[in-house]
Amino acid sequence: MGYALDFAAVLRGLDQLLWGLALGLMMGLAGLAAGSAIGIAGALAHVFGPPPARALVRLYVGLIRNVPILVLALFAYFALPQYGIRFSNITTFAAVLAVYAGAYLTESFRAAMITVPQGILDAGRSIGLTGSGIALWIVLPIALRNALPSVGNNFISLFKDTSIAAVIAVPELTFQARKINNESFRVIEVWLTASFLYVGTCALIAVALRRLEARFPRF
Amino acid sequence: MQSFLDVLALSSAALLHGVAITVAVSAIAVAAGLVLGAAFGLVLTYGGTVMAFPVRVIVDVVRGTPVLVLILACFYMPAGIGLSPGPLTAGALALSVFCASHVGETLRGALLAIPLAQTDAAGSIGLTFAQTLGYVLVPQAIRQIAPNLVNTAVEIVKASSLLSAIGVGELLLTTQEIIGRSFKTMEFYALAGGLYLAINLLIATGGSWLERRYRLR
Repeated sequence: MGYALDFAAVLRGLDQLLWGLALGLMMGLAGLAAGSAIGIAGALAHVFGPPPARALVRLYVGLIRNVPILVLALFAYFALPQYGIRFSNITTFAAVLAVYAGAYLTESFRAAMITVPQGILDAGRSIGLTGSGIALWIVLPIALRNALPSVGNNFISLFKDTSIAAVIAVPELTFQARKINNESFRVIEVWLTASFLYVGTCALIAVALRRLEARFPRF
Repeated sequence: MQSFLDVLALSSAALLHGVAITVAVSAIAVAAGLVLGAAFGLVLTYGGTVMAFPVRVIVDVVRGTPVLVLILACFYMPAGIGLSPGPLTAGALALSVFCASHVGETLRGALLAIPLAQTDAAGSIGLTFAQTLGYVLVPQAIRQIAPNLVNTAVEIVKASSLLSAIGVGELLLTTQEIIGRSFKTMEFYALAGGLYLAINLLIATGGSWLERRYRLR
């Protein structure tokens, strides 16, 4: 008892914490960009593709969404190099994030695609568009916009998941916090600060997303 | 060099123990999270500004913080005030609070989605607030959030793998120990992934069976 708060050790390490935060954001953005590409491709294959493509997408989504991302990260970082697939820990984790996010984003984009109103599809047909034209010029743009809230939520959880990269020694925010924790034993200050940085960043992302959504009206 | 099957035969008891710890700690977290989350949801919806505010802060902070940070915080922070919970206690606490915050927020959304006219109607036939809650609002809210609860349970099982970082001997840490001895990295991480998949598919199947059984949908 009688713990006196002293943020000196945390303030000394604030640079590292903030760089860690930036690294986490960058991995999250990379994961979001590549994951969106996977998600759009997966959703298109599921909605417009032949039955085998649909089964493959369903297998991918079901597999990835039911396995912890930490298991995927450890598998990619420790098991794949035995087969010659070897990248740095940061690249590996960003790739794992992309594959992980891809499964969730497939569902987001798929939901947005199948809820495009029938009237708009009929309008497309009436101006002479065929199946792939409708998919590409009508369903995709509308779905991209309407998936925005869901994609945004995915980005926030993706950003939080970057903390797991600490386990494979990526020097992001959680890794730095644990380091300061172990070096200074300022246990309360360091985790309060780390949590504050994550919560603050998530709140800022949420505000930015709401602005983005307001700029582009829903269909 | 031993074959994978030899190592598996030797370590199957340890793996099963790891699975049991994963399932047990997840079950504790989900059970505690449901109870605490129900209280959170009710206070957030009906507590008024003064009572709801502290719960709002807890729920938002927990939902904005990565689970791994919650786990590390629950593990390290108590030392500051002279407590030292074991990794299992700290981990179960972190997962419970995480679960409760998600359940609380989902429940609030479901309760607010029920038209206010129903509360008025319940009042006009003489039901007290507690009766309105028990007979009118909560049964509908449960139907609304049942699929969500199944998802939350799956998320908790997945999050429990993070307890390996503080030394809880659950499925993933057990797997890592086996790999440390046998160097069957690919095989045992794949096996761990398959076991998590099996646990979660069981939860999803059980969840949809319950929903059908009690006609929740």
